[in-house]
Amino acid sequence: MGFALELEKSGVPTIPVSTHVFARLAWATARAAGMPTLRSVFVPQPVVGRTAFELRAYIEGTDPVLKQPFMKGVLDGLTQPLTDEDLKGATFERSTPRLLEPDTEDNLRQLFIDNGWTDYLPIVLPTEERVEQMLKGTSLLGDKVVGRMRPTAFREYWEFDIEKVAVNAVMAGARPEYLPVVLALSASGVTARSSSTTSFAAISIVNGPIRNEIGMNTGIGAMGPYNLANATIGRAYALTCQNVQGGSVPGDTYMGTLGNNWAYTACFAEAEEKSPWAPLHVDNGFKPTDSTVSVFFGGWYTQSGFGPRETWKETFIRCLTASDHYSPPLIVMDPLVARAFADLGFTKPSLIGWCAENAKLPARNYWDNQWVMTLIRPHAIAGVEPYASRLKAAPDELINIFTPNDIKIVVLGGETQGGFKMIGGRSSGRGPGTDNKDTPTGLIDIWR
Amino acid sequence: MAGQIVVHDPRGYPPKVVGKRLANRPESLDGKVLYLIDCLFDNADVFMEQLRLWFAEHMPQVVTRVVRPRESWVDDPEMRAKVVADGNAAIIGVGL
Repeated sequence: MGFALELEKSGVPTIPVSTHVFARLAWATARAAGMPTLRSVFVPQPVVGRTAFELRAYIEGTDPVLKQPFMKGVLDGLTQPLTDEDLKGATFERSTPRLLEPDTEDNLRQLFIDNGWTDYLPIVLPTEERVEQMLKGTSLLGDKVVGRMRPTAFREYWEFDIEKVAVNAVMAGARPEYLPVVLALSASGVTARSSSTTSFAAISIVNGPIRNEIGMNTGIGAMGPYNLANATIGRAYALTCQNVQGGSVPGDTYMGTLGNNWAYTACFAEAEEKSPWAPLHVDNGFKPTDSTVSVFFGGWYTQSGFGPRETWKETFIRCLTASDHYSPPLIVMDPLVARAFADLGFTKPSLIGWCAENAKLPARNYWDNQWVMTLIRPHAIAGVEPYASRLKAAPDELINIFTPNDIKIVVLGGETQGGFKMIGGRSSGRGPGTDNKDTPTGLIDIWR
Repeated sequence: MAGQIVVHDPRGYPPKVVGKRLANRPESLDGKVLYLIDCLFDNADVFMEQLRLWFAEHMPQVVTRVVRPRESWVDDPEMRAKVVADGNAAIIGVGL
């Protein structure tokens, strides 16, 4: 869609082809780009997995949205003269007021639901007094711009300031002392409300002294609903993303086919004091005394297991190779597991290295994946390593599916069991949602 | 009014939308260069090849050229410049 809009602006008549489920999204994108009459055409969903014969039938068949022969839409779109509407485009201002019209609590709660401003769980209404109180959680002014956000790469950016984050933090039930963490997450540039069809969420890890200052839970139930800070910080970040980027509406600004329960709230704190290894933020170049957030774009899959028992290697290899390869694993392990690995002689880098070295698949399995084909294959064709070597491999040749830099380890949990999870979560480098960032970690202290 | 409260709007600040006109259309594609842009989504290459074959069979006077951006989801100014430089029209797909 972005290419089509740019080419039209450059004087080249262009027809974007989308599958029919993306029709609303296509029109909304064109409208927001000032080109509401962009001549789009549609084929049935899906294209993935269809044979050449079946795709030819799409081309020779009926456009399921425009209800006319597909090729008529293409040829008319490229050759029919422009109308007055085509020539003028559409210029318009959209504004979002700072305050809404006064109303009763019940009516305002319904308004927030009707407008898609909530996650459908109860919210705290962001009154002026509550937002003012929330803003006491930072020394910075409310009108300081935090950043820009959008649901996916081809959509428009919306801008937001500290007050908007505070408003959403109030809605989530957060306390003022949590605000710097929510601000750091919101400034990460990673949306927790991606519109990706793969239903990505954002999973974040808090490190440093602020974990204890605001009472985050790193022990029993650290990833569950057992702590106000954990629960509301993740929710505040998610609601902020949803609202400051211009929405997360199914069929329009959200296309995740299954949805994702990590999207409600997914902010966790590392049990640094119980880990035998350096914490995540120190791995990423920060001081132990720094307070940071690290954001992982993923949550598409979650696997769990125990260990390390006698057959831990087989267990880990099964989990690693079952992971979707475009979304490498964030490995979360209980301190019991981490210390047991340390007792086996592993440092964190050596365990990550072992995982990368032993996670292998036949090349045919690796490449038989929609997103590997879409996101990684172009780099392989362009000669970018290690993808190029993977593409050159014979179909039955075992290839490494991750590099050490792909895999991260975080230690948390209550030591009631030696459990671990592998959660899909890309934090840096090439891939969806990361904007090729060098580091996934941002400083909280600058938002205090 | 009694019982009424004032609350903040939680939304961010949208950019101003500036209208842009569509490109002028040729009367016909005969003898024109039509770029078929494979946007790199899985199987889009197969679709574009079928589209190329359709033009070859039904409108052979149209010159079709298949091109691809260097990666998915990312702008490719060089590819766009090539299409603008010697293309008369383009079809891009399949996906967003």
